[in-house]
Amino acid sequence: MWKWWNRLSIFLIIAVAAGAIYAVWPNEPDRYLPSFIPWPSGQGLPGKILGIGLPCHTAHTSASNPAADCKGMTLGLDLQGGSRVVLQAVVPANSKLTPADITDGIKANKQIIESRINPLGVSESQVQVSGSDRLIVEAPGITAQQLQDLTRPAVLMFCEGLQQGGQSGAGAALAVVPDGSKVYYEPGTCQPNVDAKGAVALKDAAGNIAKNPDGTIQRVTPTYTTAYNTENVVWTPAKGDLNGAPTIMTGQFLQRNVSVQFDQLGQPQLIFNMTKDGQKVFGSLTRRIGGQTNGLPLATFLDGEPIRGADGRVIAPRVQSEITSTGTTTGLTLADAQRLKTFLNNGAFPIQMKVIEQQTVDATLGDQAVLHSVQAGLIAMLLIMAFMILYYRLPGLLASMALVIYTAVVLAIFKIGLPGSGPVTLTLAGIAAFVLSVGMAVDANILIFERSKEELRNGRSLIPAVNAGFDRAWTSIRDSNVSTLITTAILYWMGNAFASTLIKGFALTLAIGVVISLFSAITVTRSFLRLALATPLARRLWLWTDDKPDYDERTAGALGPAEGADA
Amino acid sequence: MLNLVAKRNWFYLLSFLVLLPGAISLMIPPRLKPGIEFTSGTTFSFRYAQPTTSTQVRSELAKLGHPEARVQGAGNNEFLVQTKEIGGSATIPPVGPSLPSERDAIQSALSKLHGGFLDTQGKPTAQFIDFSSVSAAVSQQIGRDAAIAVLLASLGITLYITYSFSNVPNSMRYGVSAIVALLHDVLLVVGVFSILGKVLNIQVDTFFITGLLTVVGFSVHDSIVVFDRVRENVSRGLIRNFPDAVNHSLLQTMGRSFNTTLTLLFAILALLLLGGGSIRDFLLVLLVGVSTGAYSSIFIASMFLVTWQQGDIPRAWRRLTGRAARPRPSETAPAE
Repeated sequence: MWKWWNRLSIFLIIAVAAGAIYAVWPNEPDRYLPSFIPWPSGQGLPGKILGIGLPCHTAHTSASNPAADCKGMTLGLDLQGGSRVVLQAVVPANSKLTPADITDGIKANKQIIESRINPLGVSESQVQVSGSDRLIVEAPGITAQQLQDLTRPAVLMFCEGLQQGGQSGAGAALAVVPDGSKVYYEPGTCQPNVDAKGAVALKDAAGNIAKNPDGTIQRVTPTYTTAYNTENVVWTPAKGDLNGAPTIMTGQFLQRNVSVQFDQLGQPQLIFNMTKDGQKVFGSLTRRIGGQTNGLPLATFLDGEPIRGADGRVIAPRVQSEITSTGTTTGLTLADAQRLKTFLNNGAFPIQMKVIEQQTVDATLGDQAVLHSVQAGLIAMLLIMAFMILYYRLPGLLASMALVIYTAVVLAIFKIGLPGSGPVTLTLAGIAAFVLSVGMAVDANILIFERSKEELRNGRSLIPAVNAGFDRAWTSIRDSNVSTLITTAILYWMGNAFASTLIKGFALTLAIGVVISLFSAITVTRSFLRLALATPLARRLWLWTDDKPDYDERTAGALGPAEGADA
Repeated sequence: MLNLVAKRNWFYLLSFLVLLPGAISLMIPPRLKPGIEFTSGTTFSFRYAQPTTSTQVRSELAKLGHPEARVQGAGNNEFLVQTKEIGGSATIPPVGPSLPSERDAIQSALSKLHGGFLDTQGKPTAQFIDFSSVSAAVSQQIGRDAAIAVLLASLGITLYITYSFSNVPNSMRYGVSAIVALLHDVLLVVGVFSILGKVLNIQVDTFFITGLLTVVGFSVHDSIVVFDRVRENVSRGLIRNFPDAVNHSLLQTMGRSFNTTLTLLFAILALLLLGGGSIRDFLLVLLVGVSTGAYSSIFIASMFLVTWQQGDIPRAWRRLTGRAARPRPSETAPAE
């Protein structure tokens, strides 16, 4: 038994185990392990071996570990905290969009969202297309507010005060509603809902058009006055002239080089340049309203809400002269100016989208979940190992060693990733799958050991009994694990169909666990057993079984199992 | 020797009695309490720094137009709230100080339950821990896809077993028997959750379906271990009597079944007691499923195989329809 290839396999197992343990050793072991032992802190080894990127353990840079982008386990949103949204394209009933248009629009939207994520400096965020008309945005470590910014349509519209007759024509008097009444605008625009008598619709608390108890639309008739302010004036889309056609001035007429600068007083201001068409539209627009006495106010609406300044009031400077190439907006906070810049430079979604599902997890909750799951995993492993050692004695001890190696190897695979793919994202469900796979890894050993004990009972000697245990248990182990792999494959497919990273993560983790457990329970345990069988331990039968078989050297190995004798 | 196979009809009766309450509960609507993934709505967790009762939270939510909100205390002044769909980022605030979304309105109202947003040390008095919201559009497909997944898994496993057992007679019967045990386990888990839904308001979600599919895998896993032994005993031909061969195989694999189930239960219980959290219900599915999976592999899958091989069902049918029953072909111990 004690042959050169056996030495080699033991050597390889020890090498793989040592490498795996080194790779997965946490940089804060005191968090998970009893702290009275001064555990060494993991350092990791940044770099590549055979094309596989190796992990390192800490995000902190130091003299000994200069790689700043070192990462630990790749954690999913539920463990790391962060947000996930599913967006669906909104196609108006009478639109002429073809399915191909929608697909292209979704792809463009994806790029826009990605370009909005980049300035946030969020790593490992993901934007993926799901089905024909959906986008899934997953961004770890971002807040609900930032998530809203990622997914907003970003339609910028310039708006002027509504004038007599529901139009924006000549005359300096603007429509004004009583203080406190909230005017309803069509979604994403500053288009009020004006009826034939000139009364404008109001909006309710949820932002929808307000209804009277009898179902009619609540309206208020504005008064027309020159004594307006930016808060009570009724806005309407500002139109300019583009080659003879009245055209609403929107963000699409701005060049994508909006910048934030500071004026002489140190106040931030947003500088934007018009495109060629934009110069015509904005030029004719500002010529018209700037020609009024004292000029008229011009507001900007982003996604149907007026842009407000640091003081909380709508920003609507009076335009007093024609502006063609460059405009400025002042009065914004620096943070808002920066955000607006991001929106304007990346453009609006060509296809409108709505949020159909969203999820936000607080980072502290994820942190707790990691701690608890690791502790649960450790306790589960200790219980299983204690059971195996008490029940199966020496083979149980060897199986426990194989289990530790199994755990280290699987975690190392999660951390480093399989060749050709990135690290496996660990989720709460994934951890559950992993702990379950530990239980299943032990099952293979239980099958083998039970079988070996049976063979011993049937009168075989130790070495043939152990070998028979492995050989005979193999078909059971193979068939049962194949059926589990079939289930994981279907789960993975289902996870894809649901676009559920949770289910996919669970399936992938379980599949990796099952495959590695086959290797550890068969190869690793068998190598250890061969090693033990070659030592004097093999002569102490009490280490191998609690039975007292009629151990007979003469018949040992020669006798087949006496099945059916008692039937 | 203990003859379990001869008592198979008693085990059927036992399973019937165990399955009955769940089956009755499944017949009474609502069969299962659907989670928000299946209906639409919002769930969020909320943590207070100060002692707060769920009644306070509930009345605060009612004032905000959510009298339907279900508030559940989770200990440590944490509350799990479920409501109709709340506009989170659906209502988009503009740049600058803005009108709050419904989510913000709820957050600020709940925060002000104890005065201000911040306590005297400047720490927030309350905060959202997690927030998730689903609109109806997503939810309809999930149930259908899950059913397809269970069917596909069953089909795939039956085909695999039929192929793998092709060296014994009637190999298809092994596959079908494993599926019968599987359906037994699925029915038990779904029935238990139907009852739990009615009694404790536990809902079924994507995790539940994931758990159920895992149970499917385990159930077949256990059945295969027993069947593999039956295959070995039958193909050796040392025991000619099929029921005896099955009984012998059961006794031989009993130790393994018991020990494996025990180790799996260790793992699940450790997760349940320590980890828990959002996967609590998922672990509960596994706890029930792993236990019944071990039971059904011995007392349903194997027994059904014998029942089929012995032609019990046609015989019972003939007895019911009044024709004379033929004696059983090869059973040594008479069953009831």
